[in-house]
Amino acid sequence: MNGETPISIRRLSVYYGDLQVLKDVSLDIPARKITVIIGPSGCGKTTLLKSLNRLLDTAEGVRVRGQVLLDGEDIYAPRTEVTRIRKKMGLLSQKPQVLPMSIYENVAYGPRLHGLKSKKELARRVEHYLRVAGLWDEVRDRLREPASTLSVGQQQRLCLARGLAVEPEIILGDEPTSALDPQSSQNVERRLLELKRDYTVVVVTHILRQARRIADHLAFLYLGELVEQGPAAEVFAGPRDPRTRAYLTGEIS
Amino acid sequence: MRLIRDVLARRGMGAVTTLPGLLVLLVVVGLFLKSRAILAVEPLSRLLFSSAWHPLKGEFGLLPFISGTVWVTVTALVLALPVSILAAIYLSEYAPRWIREAAKPVIDLLAGLPSVVYGVWGVLIVVPFVGGVLAPACGVVSSGYSILAGGIVLAIMTFPTIIHVTLEVFATIPGALRDASLSLGATKWETTRRVVLRKGAQGILAASVLGFSRAFGETMAVLMVVGNVPAVPRSLFDPGYPLPALIANNYGEMMSVPRYDAALMLASLVLMLIVLFFNVLARWILVRVERRTR
Repeated sequence: MNGETPISIRRLSVYYGDLQVLKDVSLDIPARKITVIIGPSGCGKTTLLKSLNRLLDTAEGVRVRGQVLLDGEDIYAPRTEVTRIRKKMGLLSQKPQVLPMSIYENVAYGPRLHGLKSKKELARRVEHYLRVAGLWDEVRDRLREPASTLSVGQQQRLCLARGLAVEPEIILGDEPTSALDPQSSQNVERRLLELKRDYTVVVVTHILRQARRIADHLAFLYLGELVEQGPAAEVFAGPRDPRTRAYLTGEIS
Repeated sequence: MRLIRDVLARRGMGAVTTLPGLLVLLVVVGLFLKSRAILAVEPLSRLLFSSAWHPLKGEFGLLPFISGTVWVTVTALVLALPVSILAAIYLSEYAPRWIREAAKPVIDLLAGLPSVVYGVWGVLIVVPFVGGVLAPACGVVSSGYSILAGGIVLAIMTFPTIIHVTLEVFATIPGALRDASLSLGATKWETTRRVVLRKGAQGILAASVLGFSRAFGETMAVLMVVGNVPAVPRSLFDPGYPLPALIANNYGEMMSVPRYDAALMLASLVLMLIVLFFNVLARWILVRVERRTR
């Protein structure tokens, strides 16, 4: 039943203390497409993304109302196991965050946590996902070196490989190219376009041109409110809400 | 004119900065010169490795004091390190903000308490506890004035330093790094153990070294509870006599005994070299850890 919308956000409100950051947001995320959430800085994009894998739990004084259904299961239900939810999603953050260990260990980290012991299988997975992330050829001879010796662009692709290695269904990107140079950005975008064949991708960005390049489905978030959503081509061609139009033409940013 | 002032400022500050470094050297040289009187008549190996301490007979074996220092310090750190690192982990990773904010000033206050206060508290509480509860429980007879009592008091004195520094180290680790680990499905404890502790390893080591340095040199509180018997301790319940206590108790008292003051100078020198040695050792480990992980 939820095969086509793996994530369904129902009337989600998020408060930081007294400040309401998300207001009654409802959004269905289609499977195996790239959904891009656009909007000006501070409009709640990152909060929305983090609400999807419950990373909001780590912040203090956060209250969440409403539902996020993952394959039909409410992830905020009290009995839901948060590690299982997070295993279903890989996260790419704004700045690549490599773990303080070797390149190999970074990718093997997730599978190990989830109980994969066989060295052979681990090595196979590490190689496979480094290839998928387009990094294998650059690092195959230096897998034992600290991940921090990679360039920032390489680090972001390493983070992608690391996220994929836990074999999630969904990839979340929080402005994943904002710390990268144009060439590395392009590289990451190309990976995402390839990955949507097998994964559901949700990307938050404030770069409109990036949204145009990669979005299948578009959602516009403004001051915590979900103003408009729909197939990207339609929204770009004919925004219905004046605020969306103003944002797309650059009147507000 | 302004340029000259600039040069003067730079040179001046450079000189002021080098001074403390030179001071260390001067102290070492000074202590060495002062202890030459005894080094000239006794072989160094006998001074360091003999346990015969009979100043009136001219025997100055420092082994009881060196081993006392090492025993007390190691006991203290074995007790202090796990507790303070776990406390720092709790405060930094698990505790709600208000607990963390409330704990910080308390910890700093503890670090600032005069060591005599710890000593008195040790005599009143720790010594009877060791002598009356722990020793009988282990089937040993002990007055309570012992290596263990010294170690406990010293451990409590080093907690605040280690917790404080370790907390600062954890605070420098970006939250996004923890998020990265959590979002791979790691639990909080897995994240703490494999990412936070690893990232902070150097800092924790530095914190331990600070604790170590304080523990080695701490005089007053230890002196009050450790028993001060110049014999090599055989167990935790034996009394000991650390170097700082030896120096503090005797300097200026028994100066009529020939070569006594030179022996005390040598004791100071040895203490200083031990502290230096551990500092260098820690720095060496730090560099190696840094190279391996980052």
